[in-house]
Parts: sequence; C-alpha cells; structure tokens
Amino acid sequence: MNIRKNEIWASYQKEIADDHYYFARSCIRQNFFPAAENLYIDILRDVLKKDIYDDARQTTCTGIAYHSGLIPLETTMTVIARQFALMTEAGYENFVVSCVTSFGLYVETLETWKHFPVTEQKTRDALKRATGMTFLIPKNLVHASDVIYKFRKEIAEKINLRLINKSTGEPLKIVDHIGCHYAKIFPQKGIGGAEYSYVLAGLIDEWGGLQVDYPERRHCCGFGFRQYLLKSNRGYSVSNSKKKFDSMQPYKPDLIIANCPGCTFFLDRWQFVIAEMEGKTYGENGYGIPVLTYEELAGLLLGYNPWDIGLQTHQVSVEPLLGKLGIRYDPEQKYKGIDGKDIGRPEHPQVLKCI
Amino acid sequence: MGKTLYERLEEDVRFSEGLKSCMNCGVCTAICPAAEVSDYDPRMVVTVVQLRDEAGVEKLLKSDTIWRCGECLSCKTRCPRGNVPGYIIQALRALSIETGLFIESEQGRKQLAIKRTVGDHILKYGYCVYIDEVDNDMYPEQGPIWEWLRKNRESMLERLGTSYKKDQSGTLRNTSKESLNDLKRIFDETGGTQRFEKIEKYSSEKAKELGIGFKEGKDDYFNLLYNE
Repeated sequence: MNIRKNEIWASYQKEIADDHYYFARSCIRQNFFPAAENLYIDILRDVLKKDIYDDARQTTCTGIAYHSGLIPLETTMTVIARQFALMTEAGYENFVVSCVTSFGLYVETLETWKHFPVTEQKTRDALKRATGMTFLIPKNLVHASDVIYKFRKEIAEKINLRLINKSTGEPLKIVDHIGCHYAKIFPQKGIGGAEYSYVLAGLIDEWGGLQVDYPERRHCCGFGFRQYLLKSNRGYSVSNSKKKFDSMQPYKPDLIIANCPGCTFFLDRWQFVIAEMEGKTYGENGYGIPVLTYEELAGLLLGYNPWDIGLQTHQVSVEPLLGKLGIRYDPEQKYKGIDGKDIGRPEHPQVLKCI
Repeated sequence: MGKTLYERLEEDVRFSEGLKSCMNCGVCTAICPAAEVSDYDPRMVVTVVQLRDEAGVEKLLKSDTIWRCGECLSCKTRCPRGNVPGYIIQALRALSIETGLFIESEQGRKQLAIKRTVGDHILKYGYCVYIDEVDNDMYPEQGPIWEWLRKNRESMLERLGTSYKKDQSGTLRNTSKESLNDLKRIFDETGGTQRFEKIEKYSSEKAKELGIGFKEGKDDYFNLLYNE
C-alpha cells in the first residue's frame, strides 16, 4: 500500500496520558525564556483544567554535561532515577519532561534498563545507597509538547485568533524545528517519528497556519553540547543554524516554532550574531524571523499579554508577528520591571532591527 | 595482564549498543553536522574500533577526533545496520578521560573548561545552566537583550513570575541543600566525583608541563582552553 509522504507521520503514534502529570523542568528554558514553563503550567491548569505537579526537589538530569562527555552514564541514570523516586513519592505515574535533551535521556535510560536489566538493578542499588530512595518506573513518559499536541483541538476551541495574516487573510507560513533528541534517537517515541515529526506541525495545521517544508527541515540547530559550551568551538553551532536559515529563507517564513529549549535559544540568538557578523537578516525589513516555543504560540493565540509571557526576552523582536496576527499590545509595557518600574531598555544591535 | 583498550570499551553498554556490524556505507558521515564543519568522519571511527585495532583505538583516545561529535545522534536514525557512531564516541570519550589520554589532544584538554562550568554548576546550583554564571563576556552571542535581562534580573524575573532566589517550587528556584546533597552523594557513589577529580588531576599535570597557571575556577589554563 502506498502511503502519501505527508501521511507517513500517522504511522508513528504514542500514548500520552490524559491527566495528572509530574513536571520536570529544563535548565536552559528557565534561564533564557524564563516565563515559558510557568505559561505551560498555566495552560495545563487554567485552560485545560489538568493536574500538573511542580516539585521544588527536582533538579537537572545532567543532560548537557552528559552529552559533553563529562558525566558517567551511571551517574546520569542515578540522577534520573532520583527524579522517578520524587515522582513516586509525590504519588504520580505520568512524567512530563520540559526539555528535549532530558526527554531523550530519560527514554535512553529506560531503554538501557530494558536491554541491559543489570544496569537497572545497579542504578536502584546506587540510588538506595546514596539517598535511601526507591522508585517506580513511570507508566507514561512524554515531552511537554506532546501534551499540547494531544490537546491541540481543545486549545483550538478556546483560541481567539487563528494563524492567519490579518491583512491578507492568508495563513502564516511557519517553520517547525523539532530538536534532534525528540525522535532521532528513538523515532517510535516521537509523534510522527524522526523524518516526519508531527508534534509541532499538528499544532500549525490545527491552528490555521501553513507548514513550511524546506530542504534542511530536519537538520540539527547546531547545539553540539561541548561545541557550544566552549567559546572556541562555537563556529560549529552558528554554522549549522546558518545552514538552516539559508535553506528556509526562500520560503519567507513568518515564524519559527521550536520544540527544544536549546534550539529555541540558538535559532533566536544566532540570527542576531549572523546579522552583526555578516550583515545578513532573515526576516522582513531588517528584522529576524521570530522564534517561539509551542506554549508561547499557544499563549498568544489564547490571548495572554505577550509581555506577561516573556516574549521581550527573545533577541529577535516578535512585534512583526504580533502585527500580522492583529494582536494589540502596549509597547510601553515591554521593558518595564515589576510594578511598572522603569528599568531602562536593551541596547539596539548594530544590524538586526529590534524594537 | 591488564585489559586491552578494546576490552575496556566492550564493558560500556553504549559501545555494545553502538557497534553492530558496519558496512562502511558512509551514511553517518553524510548526515553528520560535525563532518560538515570539520574533518570529523564517524565512518572512520567505526572502522577503527570494528577492526579491534588497539593502536588505532589508542590514537583515537589521544586525538581531537572523538571530541568533534556534537551528539545530535542523527547517525542513529539513519544507519541501515543499526550502528550508532554517537554511542561509540560516548564510550571512547569516557575511556579517554579514565586513562588520562584526553590531555594529549587540544580538544580533549578542553574538558576541564566544561567541567568547571556546567559540571560544577550541577553541584552548586542543581542546574547545568544558571543565569548568574552566564555573562556576555563569556557568551557574547547572548546579545543586548540578555545583558539587559541579567542587569535587571531581580525585577524582571519577579515580573515574569519566576521563583528566582526563592525556596519554593517554580522557575529558577533555589535548589535545597538536601537536594544538592543528594546529587553529591549520587556523584560520589556512581563515579561522577571521581571523573571530575581525574579531569582536574590530569589537567593540572598538563598545565604544569605547558607552564600555564593552574589553580581553580577561571584561572589562566581555563581561559586558554575556553577561548582559544
């Protein structure tokens, strides 16, 4: 039976729990897009009426350091086992991971235990000796965007706007970037698999936008872990992002939505660097292409104030997108501190146009 | 007689999971982002280990090659034989540090700078990355928006509803002493602490050999490794 290319994603599905989630935070996201995770929790609790537990005891999974060749696998697996123990203690069974690197590593850990059962026992013993803790394996383990995907139709019923250019009536052209560790390591664990990931494309389709299918759609953003972490190695990172921008530019995307915290960061910040170093910009009229996370996009469409959900912390200005969507906003509020306090404004880059 | 390097690699589950039977098709190299920007060639790495070439393995452990991979693991998706060059690299990197051979290559030596940033942050903050440690001098690509956010972080992070510097759940919360102690004990129990100590010890010897100042934190040796 022939399956049309744009339907291949449908053969990769997975179970996503309906309610009662234990939330694991992301190291990168909470620093560089500091309102995103709170927005995610608000959407789940206030809009979708779901129960999600935010545990103060949860820590890093060590993923960035692990993939930089710094941390032994046994250490990382035991830190992950501690997170499962915290979930177990809190009375939850469904684990939701806010970071794609972490998600890949949690799945990797579970698969390692499955294929090498002795490693699970060693991890349990190590955790017990180190902390006295025991754990149950989650019944359901998903990435945070999987939950938004699962409830994309429910969100669509509540949104005030569609992904339509208000001036032209045309759907907005949107690039999705999934992040390598969402499905390239274990394609069966990602909606749509690795080649035809649908976790974000499904949001674009459901909320009225138009997917951009460009040649380098599945190429890495260029994080490279140790390659980015060292100033001397960052050429790796920006080169790979540039390859993607050059490939997507002819399609004139209005927006990039990203799945992975690192990817969101790199696709935002490297546009600034390329503009300043090479004088090249990828958006319209000297701006960049705005880069949003999946919940930031959902939040905008649900009517959240862009400055309450932290869109001023992106280097690429989001105002061109807000204009196309017809979202009204108060420009004076963008850079105000707590209680409307005047805390000054960021400097303007030399080349990249910013507001 | 001690174990060969190859036998030590075989003890790593990532190695046995990563090396099935390579037919040298080169798909991994074709898809590899690192191969595009350097002379890194995952196919050649797999060839060396598959041949059980002991001298070749030692050469890899002393080389820049094994540190070029960005661990995107695109190779895992595409290999038609189920090999994972990225996993083999993980095992090689671990052995390079365990044997102290990492200091023989320029890229391997840089592990000290990574240990002294994200590695130490884990045990200090409970996170790999923390806003207080990320300044625009070390990370100029962060741009003026980050400089502004960092300068005004007390006010802005409160406006954005985070738990920065607070002992409660939420974004950027303080990690409790109890949780940090758990992490430290896990590191002690599972080899993480010993790995860090080895990196410091071998790096200290190399810095002495090179005549570069070595103390702790962002010393002369760190700055050389991080920047150049």
